[in-house]
Amino acid sequence: MLKEDAASATLIDELVRLAPGGGAVTVLKETRVLVVRVGDVVIKAHPPGTVERDLRSRLDAARGLPGVMLAPLALERLENLERRERPERREHPEHPVGRLVTIWPAGEALSPDDLADGTMPEDAWEEGARLLARLHATPPPRGMPQAGGPERLGKAMAELARVADSADTRQIRHVMRIRQAYQTLAGPLRAADQRLLSPGARLALTHGDWHLGQLVRHEGAWLLIDPDDLGVGDPAWDLARPAAWFASGLLDPDLWHSFLSAYIGAGGTAVSHDDPWRELDLPARALTVQLAATAVVTAMRAGSAPDEVAVALVSSCGRIVAAAG
Amino acid sequence: MECPKCRGHMRMFDRNGIHIEQCDNCKGIFLDYGELETLTRMETQWAQQQYAPPPAPGGPAWGAPHGGHGGHYGHHGHRNRSWVGMLFSS
Repeated sequence: MLKEDAASATLIDELVRLAPGGGAVTVLKETRVLVVRVGDVVIKAHPPGTVERDLRSRLDAARGLPGVMLAPLALERLENLERRERPERREHPEHPVGRLVTIWPAGEALSPDDLADGTMPEDAWEEGARLLARLHATPPPRGMPQAGGPERLGKAMAELARVADSADTRQIRHVMRIRQAYQTLAGPLRAADQRLLSPGARLALTHGDWHLGQLVRHEGAWLLIDPDDLGVGDPAWDLARPAAWFASGLLDPDLWHSFLSAYIGAGGTAVSHDDPWRELDLPARALTVQLAATAVVTAMRAGSAPDEVAVALVSSCGRIVAAAG
Repeated sequence: MECPKCRGHMRMFDRNGIHIEQCDNCKGIFLDYGELETLTRMETQWAQQQYAPPPAPGGPAWGAPHGGHGGHYGHHGHRNRSWVGMLFSS
């Protein structure tokens, strides 16, 4: 067994032990976070280095949003786990050890399979839009951290930089196009950040990482999950991912318009009703660059050519550069 | 009543509360005082019912052309898998 596999198996065992009732074990996600379902609970190990105070604020906010967000059952810390996972860190006692773990009631998540076999409820997009509208209408509790959305663009660009050295001629053209688009955004994003600091700025409680995988049905009602990026921010960022998909020609215009209409119809405040793209334009450009970077990194890591989805996103980057010209 | 234009015979119609006289000969229409305003008001009401709500404005300046070869949606196979995966991941 490889060292990482052994560490991951240890962590899975630790999570399973935290389940109050036991039951069948399914690993749902194994990336920077580890998510395991055990019987009727879901247990999530948050990324190493997660700030406990911020996570607590976010969990408290989720608890205060019945009917909008799934409420957690518990927060735990797996002490010393990292020492066991990474014995070389024993010499660095100042390094935070342990992993923050949250326990959740298991809902019925939407998954790619529902979409592929046509069982996805037709109103899933609208339900998501209505939940976001209600989230954005909630006054942010005191002491909430910033929403995590905008930070993700920088992380995606850093990932792209990490693989860029090994890019071949075709790939380097994609990498450069994405970087050019990113450069056109730097100034506008800084200005938008400044505007958020000014009095009267349009700040709201924002999910920070919304996509269809963030919807579950629990006790008959649709709810948002995953408050890891929940915080105060420009709520238009929550609509920016589907907006980027639509603008890149990936998302069916009818689905996009029904999503947007449901959001506006539910009183959503992130966009102006007469011209939603006034607020959407910048965050949607940011998300397009972020998604293009992530898609190209994924293809390069898999050693495969960028697929049509990646190519569509990179072409959007080209149009972003041209429009900024 | 006699048509003021061609002296033909004018026939009277009552439609939805509007009083209209039409000439059998030249088909010209005579409206009573205030009937044009009533027609305009009814036309506006009809148009509001037909066209509300206004369609959401199109998209950004840098958007892909939709339709034709621009749209990737609704396809099956490899690119669909990758697209569907993206719908559900960060």
